[in-house]
Amino acid sequence: MDQVVPLLVAIPLAGGFLIPVIGRLTKSHRATAVLPIAMACGLLVIAVSLLARPDETIVYWVGGWTFPIGISLVADGLSKLVVLIIAVVSLLALLFSLEYMTRYTSPGLYYGLFMLMVAGMNGVVISGDIFNIFVFLEIAGIASYALVAYGTEADELEASFKYLVLSAIASAFILLGIAFVYNVTGHLNWAKIAEVIRMGGGLTMPLYVAAAFFIMGFGLKAAMVPFHAWLPDAHPSAPAPISAMLSGVLIKACGVYVLCRLTFSVLGNHQTFGAVLVVLGTLSMVLGALMAIGQGDLKRLLAYSSISQVGYVVLAVGAGLVGLGLAKDSEPLAAAAQLAVFGGLFHLVNHAVFKSLLFLCSGSIEYATGSRRLDQLSGLGKRMPVTGWTLRVGALAISGVPPFGGFWSKLVIIVALTQMAALGHWAFYIPTALAVATAVVTLVYYAKVQRSVLGGEPSEASGRAREVPFAMCLASVLLAVLCLASALIVLPSVRARLVDPAVRVLSAGAGSTAESATVRAASGDGEVSTPAAAQVAAKEGMTP
Amino acid sequence: MTFAMVPYMVVFLIFVVGLYAIVAKRNLIKVVVGLLILDYAANLLLVLVGYRTPAEGAPVAPILVGGAGKAADLAARAVDPLPQALVLTSIVIGLSVTALVVALAIRLYEKYGTFDTERMRNLKG
Repeated sequence: MDQVVPLLVAIPLAGGFLIPVIGRLTKSHRATAVLPIAMACGLLVIAVSLLARPDETIVYWVGGWTFPIGISLVADGLSKLVVLIIAVVSLLALLFSLEYMTRYTSPGLYYGLFMLMVAGMNGVVISGDIFNIFVFLEIAGIASYALVAYGTEADELEASFKYLVLSAIASAFILLGIAFVYNVTGHLNWAKIAEVIRMGGGLTMPLYVAAAFFIMGFGLKAAMVPFHAWLPDAHPSAPAPISAMLSGVLIKACGVYVLCRLTFSVLGNHQTFGAVLVVLGTLSMVLGALMAIGQGDLKRLLAYSSISQVGYVVLAVGAGLVGLGLAKDSEPLAAAAQLAVFGGLFHLVNHAVFKSLLFLCSGSIEYATGSRRLDQLSGLGKRMPVTGWTLRVGALAISGVPPFGGFWSKLVIIVALTQMAALGHWAFYIPTALAVATAVVTLVYYAKVQRSVLGGEPSEASGRAREVPFAMCLASVLLAVLCLASALIVLPSVRARLVDPAVRVLSAGAGSTAESATVRAASGDGEVSTPAAAQVAAKEGMTP
Repeated sequence: MTFAMVPYMVVFLIFVVGLYAIVAKRNLIKVVVGLLILDYAANLLLVLVGYRTPAEGAPVAPILVGGAGKAADLAARAVDPLPQALVLTSIVIGLSVTALVVALAIRLYEKYGTFDTERMRNLKG
């Protein structure tokens, strides 16, 4: 079972080299697409098989070298959840590309870069040490810069340049942070760093500086509001399946995931960093939604809405972090904090599904009409029934209309925040109120999208539109079904399998993660050695 | 502030110079150069972190010369090899990022006939 973990990186990495060669040999778009789709299916099978034992933490030491010289790949509850999201969205985006990308040249390069991006994201998610996260971050980053510029028109090139420069600044800050952390702790392994910080009696000044660098760097990758300038250019400029990948999973795997892992499992001081995440999340949530209202370009509107929705995730996770820090002796507060973390991760899953769906729909509309301006599109509900209905489902899900998944995750977030406020932390009423208000604003601008794109009489651009080919419809319909199916996560049995292990990993707190238990075992300190014992350790951390 | 702090201050200065070039310059190529400077500053800091002053003698490179008998001497005097490995990786990453960003700059020059960023802001901010 352990042996499949490196395949998550190895398969797409091999694809990154093989597919351009195949593309050069065959010249046929469909023949080139066979291998990437087969690989994405394989990754999905691996991701699902990892869920068979959701609470088990799998640690794989690359090359058989163990601690301290080895490099570890770690798949715990949180990694498994994100890997599953990446696998599902990338498979459906590839299915969509099968028809959509026929209008572009050199499919071999496109699919090669796509798989390279998947390899980078999977690598970030399963890396057990901080420098490998940096390396995989850059792999995913370089592939995504090239994919944003794939259309090679002026707009695409400029967006890619801006994205690359800002992202490279973020990378430089992350590298500085790594240097600081290595200097202070002498380790690069997440679990070891956490342990040194815990044993050494908490955070010192250099570690606060490093944490600030990390929050800035990964906040930029996650497009949190003061650092969001690149996203509204980069995401709309990419081809639609790539927009779906960037907005749906890349900003989460490279930004939100690493921020969670860093603040929850490594840095010990919960309240401070939690408060920073709450502020960043609230700002992104509100400003992203406000900026989305005025947009006339469908994909740009979706990009701003991504900032807003990721703000929800970061707000909820940050509130959970504050709660866990304060909940030393308060059982109800700990429960509320865990509910907030659950809400955040639930919304992360939902956002991956419905934002990918919305970007694919915008791709279908652009494919059929050649336009993505809201004022040029109308009456598409009649001309393109399948795309119309999937767009409606996506818009309703993201606006938080029951019974779709988006409603439940927003509900859980708001309930958790209210509980924490009611337990005496009055300040939480502010983000709660803003979260509710933002949900209403979201409903308003998606109602505007539905009315102007789908309603009314067909305009000049829409008059010639016909329904898109089968593969594109299929990808959208599958995602629309997932929008509805993700509501099932509120059911205890589904939740226990998918999201709860991730919540447990996060709420176990710094230095007491199952991962660090495994590292301790490998390094010969020998406290716990079996996954079962690691599980117990994780659960002890959960209920202090 | 002691003399030992000077290299760190220089690194900080180089980093700020790189940031300034990226933020303030209007020429795409100067922005690329700013990125390179930024990268060098981070790499330099990593190497500095690995440097150490042994109790006696001068620090040496972490290469074992003269068989296993010299291992104890090497362990006492060698600088930390891990950051050097990290810097090598980071330089390779920097190379690929630079290649891509220069390619983008050339394609932009073909579109606009200029490297001036003021004349190519047709994207809404």
